[in-house]
Amino acid sequence: MSRTVVIDPVTRIEGHAKISIFLDDAGEVSDARFHVVEYRGFEKFCEGRPFTEMAGITARICGICPVSHLLAAAKTGDKILAVQIPPAAEKLRRLMNLAQLTQSHALSFFHLSSPDFLLGWDSDPAKRNVFGLIDANPDLARAGIRLRQFGQTIIELLGARKIHAAWTVPGGVRSPLSEEGRQWICDRLPESFATLHLALDLFKGMLDGPLQAEVNLFGAFPSLFMGLVGATGEWEHYGGHLRFTDSQGQIVADHLSEDDYQTFLGEAVEPWSYLKFPYYKPWGYPDGIYRVGPLARLNVCDRIGMPGADQELQNLRDRAQGTPTSSFLYHYARLIEILACLEHIQALMDDPDILSHRVRAHGGVNQLHAIGVSEAPRGTLFHHYRVDEDGLIKAVNLIIATGQNNLAMNKTVAQIAKEYIHNASNGHEISEGLLNRVEAGIRCFDPCLSCSTHAAGQMPLHLQLVNAKGDVVSERFAN
Amino acid sequence: MSVWWNGGVANQDNLELIHAVRHRTKLLISFGDCAVTANVPGMRNMLGGTDSVLRRAYLELADTGQQFPHEPGIVPELLDRVLPVHEVVPVDIFMPGCPPSADRIKSTLEPLLRGELPLMVGREMIKFG
Repeated sequence: MSRTVVIDPVTRIEGHAKISIFLDDAGEVSDARFHVVEYRGFEKFCEGRPFTEMAGITARICGICPVSHLLAAAKTGDKILAVQIPPAAEKLRRLMNLAQLTQSHALSFFHLSSPDFLLGWDSDPAKRNVFGLIDANPDLARAGIRLRQFGQTIIELLGARKIHAAWTVPGGVRSPLSEEGRQWICDRLPESFATLHLALDLFKGMLDGPLQAEVNLFGAFPSLFMGLVGATGEWEHYGGHLRFTDSQGQIVADHLSEDDYQTFLGEAVEPWSYLKFPYYKPWGYPDGIYRVGPLARLNVCDRIGMPGADQELQNLRDRAQGTPTSSFLYHYARLIEILACLEHIQALMDDPDILSHRVRAHGGVNQLHAIGVSEAPRGTLFHHYRVDEDGLIKAVNLIIATGQNNLAMNKTVAQIAKEYIHNASNGHEISEGLLNRVEAGIRCFDPCLSCSTHAAGQMPLHLQLVNAKGDVVSERFAN
Repeated sequence: MSVWWNGGVANQDNLELIHAVRHRTKLLISFGDCAVTANVPGMRNMLGGTDSVLRRAYLELADTGQQFPHEPGIVPELLDRVLPVHEVVPVDIFMPGCPPSADRIKSTLEPLLRGELPLMVGREMIKFG
């Protein structure tokens, strides 16, 4: 007789999900499923809209990283205009993405995940959140909140608002950076570096001690990794080309263009989730499992190209004795990426183009088919449009970062459940500690479920334990 | 106690939850443009049902296992239309914004904490977008 555990809803993630854990006759975990239960339909209802509206519409997919959609939509729009945007426009778009990566990763680390590490997996769930962190370590909490504010304020300095700034446009951006804005960024950089180093030292100390078990248990398995890299293999977040590497760090495919994504990415559907399952097409489904996002970007690149971040990248690779494959190390990768972002922001502040007023190229509808790509905080984002001669959208596809980690998230939940659930019988009590560890496995990927299914809603998690006959033998809600 | 409801009512789970929330809540705040108007997700309402949006994502834009996600008890059915919250249950306070600004949230929260109702008037408090 086998059973299922369902976790519904999952907390401290962006979106709404359920988890089912399946048991075999002996009460051991046989499988687990991470269900995403919302769907909106952007690919259909955007039809008929002018392509210039796509940034504004698709940014509404999510309030956490709307900049990703602003950039992918703008890059796709550049191709429809068939223009080369001014150098300053690209640098300003890059600045906004660096700011977004910083704020989103800071949110993931300080607000959402650090309460588990700093307050303890089994601590009082009512306090295991950012408010508990403020009580326990007010200086760290304040520093983390201010690091996120640093990124959010740069977005506001550029686009006049923190969320859903109507600033990127096909052909460039609407307005330049002011001298006052540049000065504010320069003044605030030292504090941001200091906060980031504080978090890095704290987290590395915990990886050496209390978090060692999590590294071996939270989504530690081989898979492919995909991300953008620059012309010489350096870390990228905006331009460059796509690369796949394997768990040994070997390049599987390189110099791939987003224009050809349909030749190397497939999308599978399962009846139990609105979130599709992208896979690497040449390896088939589900063998073509790949991961995207901070850890993947660090795994596919040869180097970051900034001294501080390169030193940390080496540290990450030394710890893993090669290519890090544990999903728990996404947390470390996020901190390394914040450092890379701060170093890149600092370099941009000294760039003579950064205050240029030449920030937009104009053009008409010159291409009827275009694909744009950018690196969102959670991974690679594709926008694919077909338009008519008037620039009205005829067809849309969106491949979102979190969806590409779907196979890996399911595997991570199963791995954790197998470790913590044994000999489970009817009425098996789902402990708070198990519930939180399963959720924390998901949180390694910082999934944005709003984006991945293009779905609305921010709800916590529901876990069900299901036996071999398909009966729910136990369930628990987290909130 | 007040509940701040974010997002329109788009599927069966949302529908059950909003009724439960209304039943147990003194003050329900429709929070953000999606809750107040259904906003961008409501763009699918003009397509006449859910078939075409599901068909696009799960049949036409998939190449393996093409089907509508449907597992009973797990994947909730979409409603034919995405509904603003007040079409389903009575709402006490409307707070538009995409997203509502931090100042607007603060100006709503502070009177509530004093046991008073916020005054939702003027551009600063009720402008959309």
